[in-house]
Amino acid sequence: MLRASLRQVSAALKEGRVTPTELCQRCLALIKSTKFLNAYITVAEETALKQAEESEERYKRGQPLGILDGIPIAVKDNFNTAGIETTCASNMLKGYISPYNATVVQKLLDQGAVLLGKTNLDEFAMGSGSTDGVFGPVRNPWSYSKQYKEKSVPKSHSEDEESNWVITGGSSGGSAAAVSSFTCFAALGSDTGGSTRNPAAHCGVVGLKPTYGLISRHGLIPLVNSMDVPGILTRCVDDAAVLLGSLAGHDPKDSTTIQDDFKPFELPNLTDVSKLSIGIPKEYHVPGLSSEILALWSKAAELFKNAGAKVVEVSLPHTRYSIVCYHVLCTAEVASNMARFDGLEYGHRSDMKDSTESMYAATRREGFNDVVRGRILSGNYFLLKQNYEKYFVKAQKVRRLIANDFVKVFRSGVDILLTPTTLSDAAPYTQFIQEDNRTRSAQDDILTQAANMAGLPAINVPTALSERGLPVGLQFIGRSFQEKQLLTVAKWFEKQVQFPVIQLEEVKRHDSGVFQHQKSASFS
Amino acid sequence: NYLRIVGLEIHAQISSNSKLFSGSQVQFAAPPNSLVSFFDASLPGTLPVLNRRCVEAAVMTGLALNCSINKKSLFDRKHYFYADLPAGYQITQQRVPIAVNGSLSYSLCIDNKMSQMVTKTVRIKQIQLEQDSGKSLHDDTRSQTLVDLNRAGVGLMEVVMEPDMCCGEEAAAAVRELQLILQTLGSSQAVMAEGQLRVDANVSVHHPGEPYGVRTEVKNINSIRFLAKAVDYEIQRQIEELENGGTILNETRAFDSKLGCTVPMRDKEGKQDYRFMPEPNLPPLILYDAKSLPANMNHQQVINIDWIHERLPDLPSVKREKLVEQYGILPEHSFTLLNEDGLAEFFESVVKQTQMKPKKVIGWILNDLLSYLKQHSLTVKESPVSSSLLADLLNLLEKKEISSTAAKRVLAELWKGEGKTPLEIVKEQKLELLQDQKELEQICQAVIDGQENEVMAIKTGNRKVLNKLIGLVQRKTQGRSNPVLVKQLLEKKLSE
Repeated sequence: MLRASLRQVSAALKEGRVTPTELCQRCLALIKSTKFLNAYITVAEETALKQAEESEERYKRGQPLGILDGIPIAVKDNFNTAGIETTCASNMLKGYISPYNATVVQKLLDQGAVLLGKTNLDEFAMGSGSTDGVFGPVRNPWSYSKQYKEKSVPKSHSEDEESNWVITGGSSGGSAAAVSSFTCFAALGSDTGGSTRNPAAHCGVVGLKPTYGLISRHGLIPLVNSMDVPGILTRCVDDAAVLLGSLAGHDPKDSTTIQDDFKPFELPNLTDVSKLSIGIPKEYHVPGLSSEILALWSKAAELFKNAGAKVVEVSLPHTRYSIVCYHVLCTAEVASNMARFDGLEYGHRSDMKDSTESMYAATRREGFNDVVRGRILSGNYFLLKQNYEKYFVKAQKVRRLIANDFVKVFRSGVDILLTPTTLSDAAPYTQFIQEDNRTRSAQDDILTQAANMAGLPAINVPTALSERGLPVGLQFIGRSFQEKQLLTVAKWFEKQVQFPVIQLEEVKRHDSGVFQHQKSASFS
Repeated sequence: NYLRIVGLEIHAQISSNSKLFSGSQVQFAAPPNSLVSFFDASLPGTLPVLNRRCVEAAVMTGLALNCSINKKSLFDRKHYFYADLPAGYQITQQRVPIAVNGSLSYSLCIDNKMSQMVTKTVRIKQIQLEQDSGKSLHDDTRSQTLVDLNRAGVGLMEVVMEPDMCCGEEAAAAVRELQLILQTLGSSQAVMAEGQLRVDANVSVHHPGEPYGVRTEVKNINSIRFLAKAVDYEIQRQIEELENGGTILNETRAFDSKLGCTVPMRDKEGKQDYRFMPEPNLPPLILYDAKSLPANMNHQQVINIDWIHERLPDLPSVKREKLVEQYGILPEHSFTLLNEDGLAEFFESVVKQTQMKPKKVIGWILNDLLSYLKQHSLTVKESPVSSSLLADLLNLLEKKEISSTAAKRVLAELWKGEGKTPLEIVKEQKLELLQDQKELEQICQAVIDGQENEVMAIKTGNRKVLNKLIGLVQRKTQGRSNPVLVKQLLEKKLSE
């Protein structure tokens, strides 16, 4: 049951084959036994059980709120949740209890979803490994999978899986791990440069980055306001469509959401791809792309061609400037967004009392990690009067060029772009941390970050296992606000590749009881 | 031989129910931190939402100041750290403000003579929308700062006046006129004492033909009167400094109202770099006019500049012209009427209720009523004498039932506010003019009979002495005789 998709388990709830409280309890138990993954920062056991009970009442009365009623979900810890700690994995907000719910959280709760807890991330969503938060790194569940263990050759007999575990990718690593290890049926992440798609690829789950302006950012603690979007992590593409339908739409509290009405959709089962034009951007064949992924990418292109789709090579010539451009714009916004953390109104406040300014300085030194502080310093440099034109304005112009690359390609008749999501499968933690956060981010963001620059929707679909037995995903990028088309194609592809289910011991143990207790799960 | 250059930066608090980017209330003197929304407190994840009323107020003000309204304007972040700025930045309009290139006409009296007024113009560089900051109070004894965020996020219009003024009087007159305009529009209540209108002055001096001198910024000016003083002091200080071979520092100075001088402000060490950045959470502000208005747009989401223009009320300058035209009063009278809150309405109300000509009524309003109010520091609203009471009194005078001297005595009585009508007071104090012609004739005759020498003098051509006789009759009648009638009677008798 825990391994079912969201839609499947929702049907089970409706039919009474399982109750919301039972489901919730199982998830909570699994979270406990997978604690070593460090996917959750806060588990909201009491409130989750209460929500499950209320859901159960509704099902008993035959009045469920909708498809999400009673479904356990997890939320990345940079979304505000009223009454539940919101930390952004930072000392600055340790212990911070927000008085309000982010709009997306409120929407989920209004539809009866059960909020299990807040997931781990890189501090303030800055990073591509989910390794740089104050609560420690997140471990990729696949590190403990049969598939990975079978393929891993220990270098010495004393080495065990403890030092061999691989990262989830980031920054929404906790959410990806939570979905991947079956502790929840969907999770919210955020995506600024790839932070939902990257961990989705490494953890073998679907990661959707919606079009900028489609889903409200009210209550999402911002990294880069002009690029951030709430991200959706699920087990399959259909589930992502369900989540999208319940979250998208204009929010008066967020002036950057579009005004147009959004109509939730069900994905058709595409059988005929002959009218489809798939673009393969040549610039995404970057140095550092593993030969494995390159091969998989080609294989996928072939798949579409053989099914009758038109597959063309296209060019996005300004791709190579996107990392530097992103660096300037991101750090500038970070410097600005972090200015509010001064210890005065909320969050950590230093004991330094000599003056207001010294209190500010000490608070910020104590509250932020090196990554955050490094970006603040860079950002302030780029925003200095004498530098503004040279860096910030220039970067904005380059950003427009990058966005225009996509416009041109889509205008030429291409419907969807197909690219890799990551350069390789997940790296072992010990290897990953040998390079600093900035270097890693610059390397890992290259394939995902242009979509954020252009505000386009993009999705990672788990494709196959690497030679090391770890997930590899491929990315589809679509036209603005054409999520339906994007997801339809992604769903077709998902069906073709039949990505294997992760085989985790812990999950087997928790799940095995369901089929025997099926009868007792129904109402009496 | 110095040219004096004075420019002004004026912050006017927008009169609105809620703040510029959040729904918390705008209210003066509320308990500390009782009007603070999550956004005002800069809680992480909160976003600004633009207040329509504030935009309308800025458009109205821009139109009233003859500005071009920018159909597209932008919002920016201005960064600095201070306890009363929770987000660490202020949202303002630095790149493209909502209105530009306007002008304001104001009038000055030459040599303090109200009868000699001259009109001047100051260019308005721009009007921008921005957030107000909170308030911080420094408690030095306890080494702490108390922060009240009630004011944080309230909408402001910053009006920038080009350095076209040359002295304190001009600056004061310009601000006074702006204040009246804002109050007429209702876009700001503009009461300086409540911090709704704040003025900073930029002052410099230079010799004609030479480049502009270094300018200083003068802050902490709490009234229009102090504005004039501060500007004049600073001009003088700069001139003296330069005459003594010194230099002017590009600094910010505070006006000390007790000492009547400007002093350097403590906190300014070097120029601040505000690291301006576009506000990413607010799309460009697009305004429409009748021509550009899209057909099928939700009218709640749209502001039509022409619609606002059509509904602008009469500005003070127009109101003054109308008063002069309609009532035949002098231009300087119209200035005084508008300068005092409610006085013009009072005047018009009296005029409606009396047969006395407005040209005569105005004297009673400006000389008697206004001076009394000023003496007792009362506003027109607080006047114990209502417009109908005054009108009643003026009617008695107009119907010649009392003399003007008597009228002044009645007015003095009315100020006591004891609820008596003018007629009652007249009766009480026996102030009615004598109506009995015969009795008056007898008194005149009696006076003539008793003043042989004076009569002689008059008959020999000294007409001036007649006034003495009139005075004597007045005394005998205890002021109850109509001097014009008395003069006629005396002349008649003396010529017999």
